[in-house]
Amino acid sequence: MKRLGTVLRALVGTPGNAALTVALLALFAWVVPPLWHWAIEAATWDAASRRGCAADGACWAFIRARIAQFFYGRYPIAERWRADLAVVLLLAALLGVMVARRRRGAALLALLLGVPVVGGTLLAGGVFGLAPVNTADWGGLLLNIVLSFTAVAGALPLGIALAFGRRSRLPALRWGSTALVEFWRGVPLLAVLFMGLVLLPLVLPAGMTVDNLVRAMVVLTLFSSAYMAEVVRGALQGVPEGQYEAALALGLHGAQAKLLVVLPQAMRTAIPGIVNIVVDLFKDTTLVSIVGLFDLMGVVNQSLKDQAWLGLAAEGYVFAAALFFGCCLLISLAGGALERQFSSASRASGRR
Amino acid sequence: MIAGWARWLRTGSARAALWQGAAVLAALGLIALAVANASDNMARRNIGFGFGFLLSPAGFDIPYHLLPWELTDTYGYALVVSLANTLFVSVLAIVLASALGLLQALMRLSGNPLAAGTARGVVELARNTPQLVLIVFWYFAVLQALPVPRASLMVGGAVLNVRGLFLPEPASANFYWIAGAGLLLAILPRVPWRVRLLGAPALLAVAIWSTAWVRPELRGFNFTGGVRLPPELLALTLGIGLYTSGFIAELVRASILGVAPGQLEAARSLGLSRPRTMRLVVLPQALLTLIPPLTSQYLNIIKSSTLGAAIAFPEVLQIFARTVLNQSGRAIEVMVLVLGVFLAVNLLVSAAMNRWNRRLARQGLR
Repeated sequence: MKRLGTVLRALVGTPGNAALTVALLALFAWVVPPLWHWAIEAATWDAASRRGCAADGACWAFIRARIAQFFYGRYPIAERWRADLAVVLLLAALLGVMVARRRRGAALLALLLGVPVVGGTLLAGGVFGLAPVNTADWGGLLLNIVLSFTAVAGALPLGIALAFGRRSRLPALRWGSTALVEFWRGVPLLAVLFMGLVLLPLVLPAGMTVDNLVRAMVVLTLFSSAYMAEVVRGALQGVPEGQYEAALALGLHGAQAKLLVVLPQAMRTAIPGIVNIVVDLFKDTTLVSIVGLFDLMGVVNQSLKDQAWLGLAAEGYVFAAALFFGCCLLISLAGGALERQFSSASRASGRR
Repeated sequence: MIAGWARWLRTGSARAALWQGAAVLAALGLIALAVANASDNMARRNIGFGFGFLLSPAGFDIPYHLLPWELTDTYGYALVVSLANTLFVSVLAIVLASALGLLQALMRLSGNPLAAGTARGVVELARNTPQLVLIVFWYFAVLQALPVPRASLMVGGAVLNVRGLFLPEPASANFYWIAGAGLLLAILPRVPWRVRLLGAPALLAVAIWSTAWVRPELRGFNFTGGVRLPPELLALTLGIGLYTSGFIAELVRASILGVAPGQLEAARSLGLSRPRTMRLVVLPQALLTLIPPLTSQYLNIIKSSTLGAAIAFPEVLQIFARTVLNQSGRAIEVMVLVLGVFLAVNLLVSAAMNRWNRRLARQGLR
C-alpha cells in the first residue's frame, strides 16, 4: 500500500507531474490502439500474396513467406545446416569465453582464430566433401553476423597494435598510427565502402580481383580498428605506470611487460567500450546493402520489389528493425555478463 | 669494425632507428606498389589523372539544391552545391537530435515513472535500430505512402503529401533580419538571462506577425509557392535525428547526474532555489563534461548524412561517388574529393568545438 502511495505521488504529486502524466496517457491512448489494430487485430498471418491480406492491417504473411531468405539470403536450402552449425559454433565459443574460469587465453583464441577458420570452411565449402557455396549467395542476417564477427576479430589485434603505436616513443610509429586512426575516424563508413568498390580494383595488380564480400570485410575491419584503437588507448592510459615498472623490475623486457602485464589489465577496463563498438558495427553492417551485398537490409529491399508483395515496406522494415533490435540487445547483455565475469575474476585473484 | 657495429646495434637508439626505418620503408613500399599498379591499370584503360575535369560543365540535374544550379554549371560547383545539401541536412538533423535528446533526458530525470519509462523505451529503441533501417522506414513506409497532392494533409499553412512537406514562405527579407537578430540574442555571450529569455521569443514573434506569408497552393497536379522540403530530406533528417537523439539523451543524462552531489548540497545550503541551482551550479558543470562527447555525436551526424545515397538524396557522396563517377570515370579524383571534404569538415568542427570547450573551461575556473 505504501509503495502504491509513493508511485501515485510520483505520478500526480505536483501539478506539473500530473499534467505530464495526463499528457503521456493521452498520447498513448492516441497512438497505441491504431498500432494494435494494424499490427495484431487486423493483421493477416497467412496468405498467398498481397491480395490475400486485409487492407487496414499488417501483412505478416509476407514475412512468413520470406523468412528463410531474411535469415540465409540465397544460401542453398540443402546446405543451410552448415550456416546453422557455424552460428552455433560462434555462440558456443562466445559462451565458452564468458564462463571459462581458467584457460581463458585458449577460449579467446578459439573464438578469435578457431571460429573464423572452422566457420569460414563450413560456409564456403569446397573441402572435406562440402559443396562449395559462392560468397555471392551468402546473405540475410547470416551475412550481418559473418561481417560483424570477422570485422571484430580482425579489428581487435589491429586496434591493439595501433593503440600501442600511438603511445610509442618512436616518432615514425607514433605519427603513422595517429594518422591512420584519425583518417578512419574522420571519414564516413559508406564513403570508405565506395572507396573499396572503386579504388581497390585500381591499386591491385592487373588481373587480380577481390571478392565483393572480402572487400567489405577488409573495409569494415580497418574502419573499426581505428575506433578499437581509441578504446584500447584510453584503457592503456588507465593502467598505473607502476605496473609496467614493477614488471621491468622483475626482469621482463619491454614488450613482455606491455603484452603480459599492462595489456591484460587494460583489456578488462576496455570491455564496455569494445561492446559498444560491436553493437555499432553490427548495425553498420547494413550499409553493405548500398554497395551491392545482400545482407538482411538488402534482402528486405529486394523482397519489397516482388510483384506478389508490393507496397509492404512497413512490414518489411519493422521486421528488420525488430530483428536488429533483438540482436543488439543480446550483444549488450552478453557484454554486460562478460564485464561482470572479468571484474569478479579480478577480485577473486586479488584475494589469493 | 664488425664488433663496433654489433655494439652499436645493441644500443636503444639503434634499435629505435631500425624499427622506424623498417616501418617507413614498408609503408613507402606499399604506397609505391599501389601507385605503380594504379598508373599501370589507368594506362591500360586510357584514363588520365588530374582535377581539370572540375572546370568542365556537368550536364546533370541536382534534383534538390539550396544554392542555384543549372545544367551548364561545372563539376567543381556541383561539389559546392552538394556540400551545401550535406550541411543543410546535417544541421536539421543536429537540431532535431539535440531537441529530442534533451527532451528524453529531462523525461528520464523528471522523477515521474511513466515519463521516465517512456523515455527509456524510446531511447533504447532508437539506439538499437540501424540508422539505415530508420531512414528507409521513414522514406518508403511513411513518406512514400502519403496521399497524392490532391488529397494532401494540411495543418495550418503547412501541406504534407507524397511530394514532400510544403511550408509557407516569408514574402519579404525583413523576416530573416528580425528572426536572425532574435537568434543572435539567444546565443550571444554576455547577454543577461532575462533579456535572452524574453527578447529572443519576442523578436521571433514580431518577425512572424510582421511579414506576409506566401502559402503553398495547389496548381494542377502539384503545389507551388512556399518552401518545399522533399521526402528524401525529411526521411534523412528524421532517421538520423531519431537515431542520434537516443545517444544524446544518454549523454545529457550522464552529464547532469555526473555533477558531484556535494555541489547540490552546497547550493542548497547557500539558499539558492532549485531553478537557480540548476542554472548557476548544475548546468555549467554538466555542459563542461557534455561538450566533448556531444561534438563526436554531431560529427557522426555529418558523416551519417552520406546514408542519403540509399534514398538518392543529392548529398556529396550520392552526387560525386555515384553521378559524377559514372559520368567521368575518374575514380581516384572523386574519392580523394569526397574523403577530403569529410576530413576537412570533421577537422573544422572539432577544432571549433575544442575552442568553445576551452573557453567554457576557462569560465568554469574563474
